[in-house]
Amino acid sequence: MCLGVPLKVVEIRENNTALVDMGGPTLEISTIFTPEVKVGDYVLVHAGFSISILSEEEAIDIFSALEEIEK
Amino acid sequence: MEDIILLSHGNGGEATRKLIEEEILKYLGNEILEELLDSALIDIKGKIAFTTDSFVVSPIFFKGGDIGKLSIYGTINDLSVMGAKPLYVSVGFILEEGLSLKEFRKILESMRSAVEECGVKVVTGDTKVVEKGKGDKIYINTTGIGIIEDGISWHGRRIEEGDIIIINGEIGEHGLSIMLERLGIKTEEIESDLAPLHNLTLPLLKISNGIKFMRDPTRGGVAGVLNEIAQKYNVEIEIDEEKIPVKPWVKNASEILGIDPLYSANEGKIVIVADKKEEKKIMEFLRNHPLGQKAQIIGEIKGKGKRVYLKTKMGTKRILDPLKKDLLPRIC
Amino acid sequence: MDIRELVERIKKISKKEINIMEFCGTHTHEIFRYGIRQLLPENIHLLSGPGCPVCVTSEEDIDYIIELAQNYDLSIITFGDLVNVPGNNGSLNYLRAKGKEVIVVYSPLESINIAKQNPNKKYLLIGIGFETTAPNLAFTLIKAKEENIKNLYFLSLHKLTPPAMKAILDMGEIKIDGIIGPGHVSTIIGRKGWEGLFNNYKIPFVIMGFKPEEILYGIYHLVKIIEEEKPALINAYEKSVKEEGNKSALEYMYKVFKKGSASWRGLGIIEDSGLILNETFEEFDIRKIYPQKTKSIKLKNNYCRCGEVLRGVIKPTDCPLFGKSCTPESPKGPCMVSSEGTCSAYYLYGGE
Repeated sequence: MCLGVPLKVVEIRENNTALVDMGGPTLEISTIFTPEVKVGDYVLVHAGFSISILSEEEAIDIFSALEEIEK
Repeated sequence: MEDIILLSHGNGGEATRKLIEEEILKYLGNEILEELLDSALIDIKGKIAFTTDSFVVSPIFFKGGDIGKLSIYGTINDLSVMGAKPLYVSVGFILEEGLSLKEFRKILESMRSAVEECGVKVVTGDTKVVEKGKGDKIYINTTGIGIIEDGISWHGRRIEEGDIIIINGEIGEHGLSIMLERLGIKTEEIESDLAPLHNLTLPLLKISNGIKFMRDPTRGGVAGVLNEIAQKYNVEIEIDEEKIPVKPWVKNASEILGIDPLYSANEGKIVIVADKKEEKKIMEFLRNHPLGQKAQIIGEIKGKGKRVYLKTKMGTKRILDPLKKDLLPRIC
Repeated sequence: MDIRELVERIKKISKKEINIMEFCGTHTHEIFRYGIRQLLPENIHLLSGPGCPVCVTSEEDIDYIIELAQNYDLSIITFGDLVNVPGNNGSLNYLRAKGKEVIVVYSPLESINIAKQNPNKKYLLIGIGFETTAPNLAFTLIKAKEENIKNLYFLSLHKLTPPAMKAILDMGEIKIDGIIGPGHVSTIIGRKGWEGLFNNYKIPFVIMGFKPEEILYGIYHLVKIIEEEKPALINAYEKSVKEEGNKSALEYMYKVFKKGSASWRGLGIIEDSGLILNETFEEFDIRKIYPQKTKSIKLKNNYCRCGEVLRGVIKPTDCPLFGKSCTPESPKGPCMVSSEGTCSAYYLYGGE
């Protein structure tokens, strides 16, 4: 079984489903666990369901986070 | 009542004759095939390339093609990578009782179009029918004959240290698109990369005599072909992960399914090993060709050895072994 | 700053000989895929724990599935990796070759479509996976109940991660100095989900993501708190992991399942470590409909040491079968079969 993959929501559909962008083609997933999801959000997709809405920073700025740890 | 293939269509009698004349010849007929002799008689002078392949892909219709198209292109490509101009093809059908004639005709039409596109002729064939449950709708075997073009010879083209490894475009599309479809994953716009390569390989062999090796990475993917080369020619290969062209959807699908694109089948790609001195000429040719626009140099021959190594984007190296597990079956 | 600097920082602060264990099959694979071990100093040892749901499925459970498939008129629906796991009497793949219908799906919701399309067939959906996957199966059963699906049955092989971690720490077979927390399980159970374990064992614990930068960053964090002897439970994957996790997913999960004991390959039976169906969903429970008949006996000549690999006691290369009689083409145990298995990762990526 497979990696949770971060994908962007491009369309919200009825019955708690949505389309996510796979890099051109789209994939239909269940959003039952992330009901607040909006178009444009990135979600973590696992076995056909979104399990989290990824927060704003597309990648954490690891290096400034490191500065924080050093303090 | 739907028109379907019956056991009688394979009995060699009237029903068989009708199937051949009214359906098969309608799509694939030409002056040689229409003779319907036990063997086709053809005149060829020169060095001949001869190949065969059987096609059992499921589902028989997939995004980007179908088993019919695949059966023609697949064989054409096996001839093309050897530097042979494809000339004649044979077609053997094993049909399952109950296959709808509508679907069979769709496949025949697809084959007709592929045959025309490749400039070949279907000169002989065979059709058998098996009982329901003994065959999955349709299996196709094709055999191809081509003629090695003047001036092309593999003699003396030895793979050596410093040779570069090139791929003509993005990898993994065929295998992954079929897997997505088989798992019932609803996606749109995903396609196999199915394409005939003779118009790429033959001119390429003419413009450069630094081509040492070509193969189409079907089952087993690019990793499979690279390992074949390493084993057969006793060379160590290193490829650079960052240089491997992959479409975003393939990357995502591969993570979703847990399958590395390097192991996923391709049906419109070739792996080329060439003399580094010819790099500019070859890349220029490829990048100007519709089937080579995304061509990349992905690695090189490092010297004597037997293994394939991958340099990761972290700068570390790992071994890239040939595919060992079962991916989903019947991709090709 | 780049990866190299991150690695330099780790090298600078790392003095002690330490063992760090990860508990997620995806971490196992990504660490191999990117050669993370090659980047770390030699005194940091990365161990793989029981993070692969297929690998920890017990022999008895595999045998039960084979028994169900062979003796009853059931088509099996499952996730990919399970089909290759060998039990005492073959694998699902082998059964498929003998004519049994075995369907592999990506999303468990697909099983509802399959059951609806073929109302005259009976299907068994196998629920396998940790907390990341169980909510998906829970929702699938809720939907099946709502839509009155009568030809779909369910076998729960779901397990919970913290009890396995606790069992490994309790066994004390190896000194574990720090834990790489699984990013996806944590997405569901939250940082909070580890508090109980952390408070009892005070073991340095960093929840990490899966990109190589995220893993190295997490390891840096972990090494720092280990060296400074300041154990902490840190969430280094805030992008996806919240303090509370995904409450909605957990709610659905506990609507359908409750905790029960489970049998783990290599760890034995652990109380409250598995998910079993609630009474309200008993109509789906295949264990109630066709209870297991044959009690599994340990394979006589099987020298598979998967259990020890799963506990991090030995490396795959220490197992006498590894690479010889046990390969992905002919696996002797699940660790070699599953794409998340430790042995499979070692084999596939040419591990040291």
